[in-house]
Amino acid sequence: MTDAALSFENLGFAYKPGTWVFRGYKGVAHRGQVLAILGPNGCGKTTLLKLLTGILCAQEGLVRRNGQMGFVPQLFQVRFSYSVFDMVLMGRARRVGLFSVPSAHDENIAMESLRRLGIDNLADRAFDELSGGQRQLAIFARALAAEADILVLDEPTSALDLKNQGFILDWIRRLAREENLTVVFTTHHPDHAYAVADLTLLMLDACDFLCGSTRAVMTEDRLHQLYGTDLKRLRFEHKGQTVETFVPVYGAVRHGPTE
Amino acid sequence: MTRNRNAKFVKRAGPAFTFIALGTTLVAAVIVSLAIGRYPIPVARALRILIALAIPGTQPDGPAWDEEERIIIQIVRLPRIAVAALAGAGLALSGAVLQGLFRNPLVAPQIIGISSGASFGGVLAIMIGLSSYGVVGLAFAFGILSMILVFGLSRLAGGTGILSVVLSGIIVGGMFSAFVGLMQYLADPDKKLPGIVYWLLGSFVGADWTKAAVIGFPTVCAGAGLLLLRWRINLLSLGDDDASALGVPVDVLRWVCLGLVSLIVAAQVSVSGGIGWVGLVIPHFARMLVGPDHRRLLPASAIMGAIYLLLMDDLARTMVSQEIPIGILTAIVGTPIFGFMFWKTQAKGWSHD
Repeated sequence: MTDAALSFENLGFAYKPGTWVFRGYKGVAHRGQVLAILGPNGCGKTTLLKLLTGILCAQEGLVRRNGQMGFVPQLFQVRFSYSVFDMVLMGRARRVGLFSVPSAHDENIAMESLRRLGIDNLADRAFDELSGGQRQLAIFARALAAEADILVLDEPTSALDLKNQGFILDWIRRLAREENLTVVFTTHHPDHAYAVADLTLLMLDACDFLCGSTRAVMTEDRLHQLYGTDLKRLRFEHKGQTVETFVPVYGAVRHGPTE
Repeated sequence: MTRNRNAKFVKRAGPAFTFIALGTTLVAAVIVSLAIGRYPIPVARALRILIALAIPGTQPDGPAWDEEERIIIQIVRLPRIAVAALAGAGLALSGAVLQGLFRNPLVAPQIIGISSGASFGGVLAIMIGLSSYGVVGLAFAFGILSMILVFGLSRLAGGTGILSVVLSGIIVGGMFSAFVGLMQYLADPDKKLPGIVYWLLGSFVGADWTKAAVIGFPTVCAGAGLLLLRWRINLLSLGDDDASALGVPVDVLRWVCLGLVSLIVAAQVSVSGGIGWVGLVIPHFARMLVGPDHRRLLPASAIMGAIYLLLMDDLARTMVSQEIPIGILTAIVGTPIFGFMFWKTQAKGWSHD
């Protein structure tokens, strides 16, 4: 395997001194890999993403980024109805001089990015009129236009219907496999992580975490510890393929050890 | 839906055409403003005087106008037109920039507290009996001072982002507004108060070339800076997290823009007093015409703001025998226009569902 695209060591962050959101976190992701971050509400998933992208600075530890970062915030909202093309063009911010506007070359790259994701037909549409799934794709196109090597997505599937969830998960995997991007994303759906992530980070506690290959890290016991609710690993045949996934067992929540 | 498609067609097919039309309208507004007034001068003659003034020696067959008309155009109307156009362009440009920075189309230049600071400076100067240049100087100085206070308070409070700027602006602006009220309360009701009230209502009366330079220099320099940054405003309007993830130095850039806007607003208030409803309304019109992209929105807003204030000033000085303060006119005309636009955009929102 080549050099790590993204790695962090001994990472600690506190909004107030002494109250660690998390501490001692460690992880590594290589080019072309997908890293999923799982944890309950309020455990600091978004904070961790902001540290990885450099929007926030850690009090402790080190983040190594070997490549350009692209960050997609949760609940992405624009106040003005920019066209999809104008939105994607904004990915060129680092390549355009401060007192300058995007050149024809930048516009070509923006159009090409839309084409690569198969949404060049949406170029003239208003971004805020798109469906949730189309918006995510447009933001992916913007990351391609930014020539990002590492794509960091905050809950990319949380606002989408089931069909679009699958669609976006598919694209996360394709961006990693075909564009050789490193994709980091947070999610509340263990099955989403299990479906596409090579690596998974479980944020068990402020000082307790587990990071490693998805198959090794995600077990029924660990997920129970993480969410405080039962999850069952299922394995079945579907259209000639063996599918493995996790489903939560609603209505049978226990707080003791499982049988 | 059809209207939407038309708007898109205009946006794609006609940005150049739109700007040519706007430029032509501005030139026409300038010429009309030269001609009309209490002393009407025929348009053709006004034009010939203007050409003779601009390029001496182009009217060799001797002046075909009264010396009086030349003086009215050169000493009275031209500087007034310059001040009105610069004030309108500056206010509308500032409004468009701030609406982008604050991600809120309801923001006007008044929100960052600079106009209140400048107003206090002007009122203070009238109170202590300074000349009209003293009013301009003190108003500008207090406008800049209030900008420094807003910056300092926002930093001191340690807050980051838009909210801390808005709160600091409201606090500083509120304080200076209270001081303005106090000055009005203390002012001699016969000698000082009318002058203070009239100045606060805003007017281009008494505009001369010195005042045109006072408003012109900051407005042109800061305005050019903002126009150069026009694509960056797009990025800033995405919000702090997203913009910084795209590599934009959000905090520095925002303060640079706010500083430039403050220069423009302080210059405008110091020369022509309080003029509302330009920085709020005109950017909306410009957005309807050229779309939300600040690369086109900023220049369009500036040109439309200049046209708007020129026409408002023409109304102010011709409607009735006593000149109407421009600040009152912009509010009386601006509010129903804004109400109409509010209604129209709501209607559009419904049709989309």
